[in-house]
Amino acid sequence: MVKVTFVASGGERREVEIDKGETAREAALFNDVPGIDGDCGGVCACATCHVHVDPEWIDKVGRLHEDGMEAELLQFAEGTTEYSRLACQIPMKPMLDGLVLHVPEQQY
Amino acid sequence: MNTQIMEMDTADKIAAIPIVEIDVARPSLFQNDTIGLFFDRLRKEDPVHYCRDSYVGPYWSITKFDDIMAVDTNHKVFSSEAKLGGIAIQDMHSVEGALDLEMFIAMDPPKHDQQRKAVTPSVAPSNLQLLEPIIRQRAAKILDDLPVGEEIDWVDKVSIELTTMTLATLFDFPWEERRKLTRWSDITTAAPETGIVESYEARREELIECAMYFKGLWEQRINEEPKNDLISIMAHSPATRDMPFLEFLGNLLLLIVGGNDTTRNSISGGVLALNENPDQYRRLSDDPSLIGSMVPEIIRWQTPLTHMRRTALQDWEIGGKQIKKGDKVVMWYLSGNRDGSVIDRADEFIIDRKNPRHHLSFGYGIHRCMGNRLAELQLRIIWEEIHKRFSRVEVTGEPERLYSNLVRGITNLPVRLHAR
Repeated sequence: MVKVTFVASGGERREVEIDKGETAREAALFNDVPGIDGDCGGVCACATCHVHVDPEWIDKVGRLHEDGMEAELLQFAEGTTEYSRLACQIPMKPMLDGLVLHVPEQQY
Repeated sequence: MNTQIMEMDTADKIAAIPIVEIDVARPSLFQNDTIGLFFDRLRKEDPVHYCRDSYVGPYWSITKFDDIMAVDTNHKVFSSEAKLGGIAIQDMHSVEGALDLEMFIAMDPPKHDQQRKAVTPSVAPSNLQLLEPIIRQRAAKILDDLPVGEEIDWVDKVSIELTTMTLATLFDFPWEERRKLTRWSDITTAAPETGIVESYEARREELIECAMYFKGLWEQRINEEPKNDLISIMAHSPATRDMPFLEFLGNLLLLIVGGNDTTRNSISGGVLALNENPDQYRRLSDDPSLIGSMVPEIIRWQTPLTHMRRTALQDWEIGGKQIKKGDKVVMWYLSGNRDGSVIDRADEFIIDRKNPRHHLSFGYGIHRCMGNRLAELQLRIIWEEIHKRFSRVEVTGEPERLYSNLVRGITNLPVRLHAR
């Protein structure tokens, strides 16, 4: 298991655990973390699992690739920043144990 | 009894059709609501189905959830471009007397992206929060004015009225003339055989009237300070302000259609679904907190747009079938939404599903419905307000359905209201 902390837009922190190999989207959905909808089922097709990666973690997670579906979808999302990613595109590798993700005010 | 025999008869006949002859483009199948039986067969026997000969020409039907998802998210291979035929099973440019409208739903990147980005803020969550109290107030007024105990047409009195009011709010459209929006929406997707317009020529004339009306609003808004309504946003945004007029009109009509037919038919479809599933209606009455998960289930169940179409830009394989460059590919959302291999008990209406938003009604990928949260907002509000006032909205007669292979519409739904 690896740990992920989701920080709500109001500042409330929620630490959850998830099996290695699942993604940050599953970490949120399996634990009913509010604010992550994940409509499409985790296949990078809807941009409703948008998160802001904590700046401390962005290098380990990796920044958004400029070309590709994830960037194409995020361009239409509200409140994107240079730390924006889709949680379904963040596989929870052991090196990400302790990851901190900020949930934007609203999805979509 | 008689209708039961007839239904068995119909089912037997559909089961006996040779699979190669199945043509799901026929609008009558949607009007008489037998289309589901055809899709059941295709999903089982020929999920990626080629129809050689139909009134819209040859086309592929994609009927399973995962295959639809694969096409919808692959816009580099499957184009929405209007000049190739656009986004509906009937080619956009094939229609005689049609205006050459341009809409971003029928464009590929990069032009699609710029235009979509320009109008997205109007339905962004932050704007929806501002809209919610207005929509609720208007929904309450609509319901308060309805007679209890009398038979009324739910479609006209509630579904059309609420969606039209919401659209008028989004556009800041002259209030007393708001039913013009409804009319323009109806004719945008209508072919003469629907009975909504007499001919393509008549339709063209009405659309020109619509164009002139919006031209007037545009000129008014461009001379005012920027506001939050869609016309003002389009008149002032750098991505849209220099748009050729037919493109401006096309995009406006896109937003009108997108926000009108779809939500309207989901409002009607929800009433029908609850009446056809009285156990679910009882659960809702006992626990109105289920409205949150019921709303996306209604949208799945209704699937207000039956399909979106793409055109293959290169040869591509789907489900073992060879699609050729230039082929017309139809993603039948209505069928994918009944795919039991992805959605548990897909042919049942269940108001408390675990992942209710995992449906295809809004599409996926870069063309996914940008108003999807607004649609849900309107449905949630209307059901919350219904619950406060009425113990039951009882369907008292057969619904009438629209003759269309694109809009899954209910044109008449007689109901009687029971006071709480």
